[in-house]
Amino acid sequence: MEFSESIFASRFNLTRQDLENYLAEALSHGGDYADLYFEYLLTSSIGIDESIVKSAAQGVSVGVGVRVLSGERTGYAYSDDLSPEKIRKAARVAAYIAAGPSKVDTINLKDGPRHDLYPVLTAPSDTAFASRVELVRRADQAARAYDPRIFQVQAVYADNLRHVLIANSDGVLTLDRQPLARLSVSVLARENDGPPQRGHSGGGGRVELSFFEEEKTPEHFAREAAREALVMLGAVEAPAGEMTVVLGPGWPGILLHEAVGHGLEADFNRKKVSAFSDRVGERVASELCTVIDDGTIRSRRGSLNIDDEGQPTRQNVLIENGILRGYLQDKLSSTLMHTAPTGSGRRESYEHMPMPRMTNTFMLAGESDPQDIIRSVPKGLYCVSFGGGQVDITNGNFVFSASESYLIEDGKVTRPIRNATLIGNGPEALKYVSMVGNDLELDEGIGVCGKEGQSVPVGVGIPTIRIDRMTVGGTA
Amino acid sequence: MSQNHLTELAVEVVKRALAAGATDAECTVAEGEEFSANVRMRELESLKEAGSRGAGVRVLVGKRTGSTSTSDLSPDGIARLVASAMELASVTNEDPHVGLPDPGEMGSISGDLGLYCKDVAGLETELKIETARRAEIAALDTDPRISNSEGASFDTHAGRHVFANSRGFCGAYRTSYCSLSAVPVAREGDSMERDYWDSLARGFAGLEQPEKVGSTAARRALRRLHPTKVATQKVPVVFEPRVARSLVGSLFDAVHGMAVYRHQSFLAGRVGERVASEKVTVIDDATIPGLFGTSPFDDEGVPSRRTVVIERGVLKSYLLNCYAARKLGLKTTGNASRGLTGNAGIGHGNFYVEKGVESPDAIIAGIRNGFYVTQTQGFGVNIVTGDYSQGASGLWIRDGELAFAVSEVTIAANLKDMFLGLDAVGSDLEFRGSVAAPTLKIGEMTVGGK
Repeated sequence: MEFSESIFASRFNLTRQDLENYLAEALSHGGDYADLYFEYLLTSSIGIDESIVKSAAQGVSVGVGVRVLSGERTGYAYSDDLSPEKIRKAARVAAYIAAGPSKVDTINLKDGPRHDLYPVLTAPSDTAFASRVELVRRADQAARAYDPRIFQVQAVYADNLRHVLIANSDGVLTLDRQPLARLSVSVLARENDGPPQRGHSGGGGRVELSFFEEEKTPEHFAREAAREALVMLGAVEAPAGEMTVVLGPGWPGILLHEAVGHGLEADFNRKKVSAFSDRVGERVASELCTVIDDGTIRSRRGSLNIDDEGQPTRQNVLIENGILRGYLQDKLSSTLMHTAPTGSGRRESYEHMPMPRMTNTFMLAGESDPQDIIRSVPKGLYCVSFGGGQVDITNGNFVFSASESYLIEDGKVTRPIRNATLIGNGPEALKYVSMVGNDLELDEGIGVCGKEGQSVPVGVGIPTIRIDRMTVGGTA
Repeated sequence: MSQNHLTELAVEVVKRALAAGATDAECTVAEGEEFSANVRMRELESLKEAGSRGAGVRVLVGKRTGSTSTSDLSPDGIARLVASAMELASVTNEDPHVGLPDPGEMGSISGDLGLYCKDVAGLETELKIETARRAEIAALDTDPRISNSEGASFDTHAGRHVFANSRGFCGAYRTSYCSLSAVPVAREGDSMERDYWDSLARGFAGLEQPEKVGSTAARRALRRLHPTKVATQKVPVVFEPRVARSLVGSLFDAVHGMAVYRHQSFLAGRVGERVASEKVTVIDDATIPGLFGTSPFDDEGVPSRRTVVIERGVLKSYLLNCYAARKLGLKTTGNASRGLTGNAGIGHGNFYVEKGVESPDAIIAGIRNGFYVTQTQGFGVNIVTGDYSQGASGLWIRDGELAFAVSEVTIAANLKDMFLGLDAVGSDLEFRGSVAAPTLKIGEMTVGGK
């Protein structure tokens, strides 16, 4: 896409000269660097509940964030009005952080490089509403048809289309069009008037609507949610205390996101407040573990052609054969730490300052047969799905909540157990990984990561792994 | 824009929706200004300042609805807002329970609710930075082991909120707040821990002194150093007020009218039954002047009120909007909540556990072996079944005293048993947000550790 064809030029009449002028205004009090982040975001969602399409909503938001960096300082201002006087005002407010004369000569914006990871011809948000409504209807019907014990079904389809334009005082101009779609299904099952149990499933990515017709259908997600709820009807109390835990492939990769991912974000390490600070080159996992953060996987929820500072995303090795290799950087931290950027600067919207974030975080496959991994455990837990997770990056303690898991008894998966939280310590937990499966899977595309009040879409992945020691938070 | 302009806009949007063929319409217009200053290691780290506006409309066409929102308040933007909402209404289904409040249900409580303080808008940037700096310096100066910090921040927000509907309701109010927080890091040997403290008020004068915020945060971080992982065992668990709030937040999720009609709550169908120990009384009150859950009317134009949710252990009422009320054959409790648009959800006013008579020290003194929880972690609360399993850290209680730091453990039980077995309620209730609780003691939970 050329700048002249972008929505910012065509609808809001922005020119390259305007962008250069705004950057110059932002640096008028000195400062080392300035950038502009223009965003035009179209969101829509459709919800079904009790087999009635009860909600359909659409939103439009547009705005620009202006940032000025001066040493370790950041000035930030934004405007939801793209008139020249409002953008200039935001630039002057952001400039307040610096104190001195302007140091920058003229800025000549040149187009920067970017990937083409989601060449979506028709964004889902540009399709007829009726075809999107059909997705939630089909999910509702399929979940109810799965089993008569399913008595409540809710399905939500949501998409957005984000147009961004990023211009910075290094003279780089980048544009991107970022589609994102997700379908999720929640159900309740009940047997003979007993207590209900819930099941949940969902997925999507930076895809066209045909993804939900051809690759992952509403029926796929509906059956998966219904199956989980029915499994939970037979769940017994979860055990409590330390034991061997086997994680299934895919979404359980949330372990990596919490145990190591957040702790390796450069802002925490620059400030030395992370349990991983100053530990590059040290062993933080068993040698079977190689952990990657990769923003360049085609069509994935966590992927981006450029990060929210205009840098092309990359494949970053975080842990290689158990040794800590590096951090996830944004512009500010990489400048202050004198290292290369890693394409990890992300933000929720134009109202937010960027910071180092994950994209798609996963562990490379090993050599073990997943069945052998389960057979190797005399007594333990097998976890296949999780709710959310959280970490305290300073002491390294992380949790993640198992929503579908089973006991392993004498090498066999036996009874399902009720929801339990697992807890561990980031720099220690992966040292107990003793087997890594050959079955790496990425999740279905439902992850949302929160940090300092900002939410961004992410992906995770993992093969089946055995962790010899982890604390399980049950009651039995 | 002035409040009059925003009100005129809301009324105009409703009028246009009716002209476009809607049988009813609701419009929300909101405007806000935010400011944030962060100081780290005694130096200014970041400043942020901006304002934003938005409008949303929800149309009803018979029993179908459509909702849209926009930040583009130009005539073109408003025209698209209304046209899109009408288009969306054509793809939804008829829902027999949809509708605006009955005329007799709408209104607003009068009098000054203390939601807006003029001083917030006029605070000098230098004062705001200096306030954050004083809090951080107080934290750093507390003890040599506080050698690092994630900083301190001072934030303000001032906004206007307008709501109008096609049945003649039109209301507006202004809000403001200031907040001050500090996040120091304590380090000794291999042990590194952080904690925070904050203070929130409608106006600058209501904030705790920066020195108190900083030193409280520092003491909290220091007492977490050198934690132990205890053995797995069943013991009494005491929640300090800050974490007791999250337990009370789970109770709100369980009396949420939408969860109740869908049977998504372990408290569905239990009004009139004993659901907690008789020491427990839970109130939702959106009418208390100056607090953070206070407003003159809810997001459907129904006056705010006080609702007794649990009275001495007996479940008295769910919290409802018009939709959930119709589904359950009840009346709205004035708890409708939403952003700029969409079908109304349910929110709380000031949702709190009434204070008891025992001091926190007396509660701890009565425990030979137990766990005093100061932080919970995770999303292990299942409102459908009541299963509760969270990561936790805090201090171990031995012979009636806080003995040593504990972390990397879990606490688990079922919320039904936890509230029934809630055998002490502290006298230390403080409103530090819109959910509040004093110290709470649960008779027994499983602590998962070594």
